Amino acid sequence: MNREIAVVAFAQTDHRRTSDELSEVEMLMPVLHRVLEQTGLKTSDIGFTCSGSSDYLAGRAFSFTLALDGVGAWPPISESHVEMDGAWALYEAWVKLQTGDADTALVYAYGKSSPGSVRDVLTRQLDPYYVAPLWPDSVALAALQAQALIDAGGTDEPALAAVGARSRADAVANSHAQLRGSVPQGEYLVRPLRTGDCSPVGDGAAAVVLAAGERARDLCERPAWIRGIDHRIEAHGIGVRELTDSPSTRLAAEQAGAFERPVDTAELHASFTSQEVILREVLGLDDRVRVNPSGGALAANPVMAAGLIRIGEAAARIHRGESDRALAHATSGPCLQQNLVAVLEGDPR
Amino acid sequence: MSATLKAPLTVEFPFTRSLGPVQSAFLTGLRERVVLGVRTGDGRVLVPPVEYDPVTAEEIRDLVEVAPTGTVTTWAWNHEPRRGQPLDTPFAWALVRLDGADTALLHALDAPGPDAVRTGMRVRVRWAEERSGAITDIACFEAYDGDPVEPAGHSGEFADPVTGIVAPARLDYTYSPGRAQTGYINALAERRNVGERCPSCRKVYVPPRGACPTCGVATAEQVEVGPGGTVTTFCIVNIKAKNLDIEVPYVYAHIALDGADLALHGRIAGIPYDQVRIGLRVEPVWTEGARYPDHYRPTGEPDAEYDTFKELL
Repeated sequence: MNREIAVVAFAQTDHRRTSDELSEVEMLMPVLHRVLEQTGLKTSDIGFTCSGSSDYLAGRAFSFTLALDGVGAWPPISESHVEMDGAWALYEAWVKLQTGDADTALVYAYGKSSPGSVRDVLTRQLDPYYVAPLWPDSVALAALQAQALIDAGGTDEPALAAVGARSRADAVANSHAQLRGSVPQGEYLVRPLRTGDCSPVGDGAAAVVLAAGERARDLCERPAWIRGIDHRIEAHGIGVRELTDSPSTRLAAEQAGAFERPVDTAELHASFTSQEVILREVLGLDDRVRVNPSGGALAANPVMAAGLIRIGEAAARIHRGESDRALAHATSGPCLQQNLVAVLEGDPR
Repeated sequence: MSATLKAPLTVEFPFTRSLGPVQSAFLTGLRERVVLGVRTGDGRVLVPPVEYDPVTAEEIRDLVEVAPTGTVTTWAWNHEPRRGQPLDTPFAWALVRLDGADTALLHALDAPGPDAVRTGMRVRVRWAEERSGAITDIACFEAYDGDPVEPAGHSGEFADPVTGIVAPARLDYTYSPGRAQTGYINALAERRNVGERCPSCRKVYVPPRGACPTCGVATAEQVEVGPGGTVTTFCIVNIKAKNLDIEVPYVYAHIALDGADLALHGRIAGIPYDQVRIGLRVEPVWTEGARYPDHYRPTGEPDAEYDTFKELL
């Protein structure tokens, strides 16, 4: 790595259970405008644009091409898309900036879960021969992981409830969050996970601007420098994996330099309370680290944008001077199958 | 403003998938009530079997029979089964390590309630009555307190192997086109074509999608366009689409409605297909009860001058 690259701006929607009065581009556009306004950049100034979303949420092929209308793609722009969380779109943009082909990048992600049933939609990412024909939904798979963790002595139901309660209490300070304040722990969805252990289903979008070197200092008073970023994947078969551990997160964090010095903030993409317990352990985060001050995915989880939001929230804390060294984590796939870790730092004060 | 339109949208597809040698043996085995695993280079037995070692990525084909009995490694009680799941009564999802295997298989476990399930409990396969060579040939697991069943040592060779599966997938949505397209569709119901004007470049887009694709800003000002328009380009379709009640050949065209800055698509009729030309003036033809024009037909006006539509090609 030889080019200094920073997150210089971040914006997100107010995440809501449903947004059916808006098309995807109508939901996304205000976020794109806000993130550009923060930097003073126009679309024509941006060197590279990359987005993350999924056709399965919309139920329509090539749904991302319509969202592109919100960017203003004429004259032609340099653009790419990942059928993944926007955190991976950010990774692609970071690589593009590393090549020197561009100095700035716009990264955005969006997901509307409200048109379908996201628990069922996510079954379509599973092994199509042995697993998908059984339709195990996303909560069921997370519940298997939670039970494995409970059996191993890693947590218990009250501890999980406390994770959910802390997240939603922190989310009171986050006007964009979908669930804020006291939320009943509720009934079991799939035992041992209760409603309160699961992230809400909702619609939302987010965008960040990346810039390299001096360009970042021009655009942002205190850029959030990406000191390291890496992503790793584990075996597809969940019966092959040790569900109480997350070796791919550990490896990604190692490669991103997360363990070289302590971080003060961590934004973890834990869609279930049990996953936060696993991630804290794997990343070695103790009580001195502020975990998910935004409320995390347990307060708002727009699928495909929630990982990018973790990077954006971590960066925004650095922009505001509330953090000097933050870790951001994004995940994808069942039971923490794929994991991305970025380490962000502000200039010394 | 009227409420946003909504409509059910079902996406359904019978995915036809071919099987490699390992998956074929495993699924054929299930049809014959035999559970097969695959042995890795370091001697571990993976069930369900895969073609490549998840640790070394080496190709693996050494099939080995395991027992239909095993141990629950983790579980989750599912009191509200969802469509497509193995049982329609409350059940436990379980990862089961079959005797002789080193990894676990995901499936349903039939039990009277969560109190009857625990990690470490012994279970056995309950076979489906009708089996075709699919993971659903295992109906589910059930509690078992007998001795481990000794596998017969099947070689994995079958006379009539299954070579593929059909995995139907269905997802249901409630589709909403959003504010801008709702306005367009509602206007069509009144036999009007409306676009939206970009506040920045002043171009009128039809159908409107709520954003100017050039400027990347929201559009809101509704503008009625047409009804007449000009053919800007066309093609002659010679292949009859399935379930389409239109005789071939027919003409499919881009039509720039008067007042619009973007051409939309439509079928041209009321004129022999080989007489359709760029610049032809057309108007929509509405049929009774339809929510959009059935086709466009010539108005009889002289052809439009090229300069009037060259920006819309």
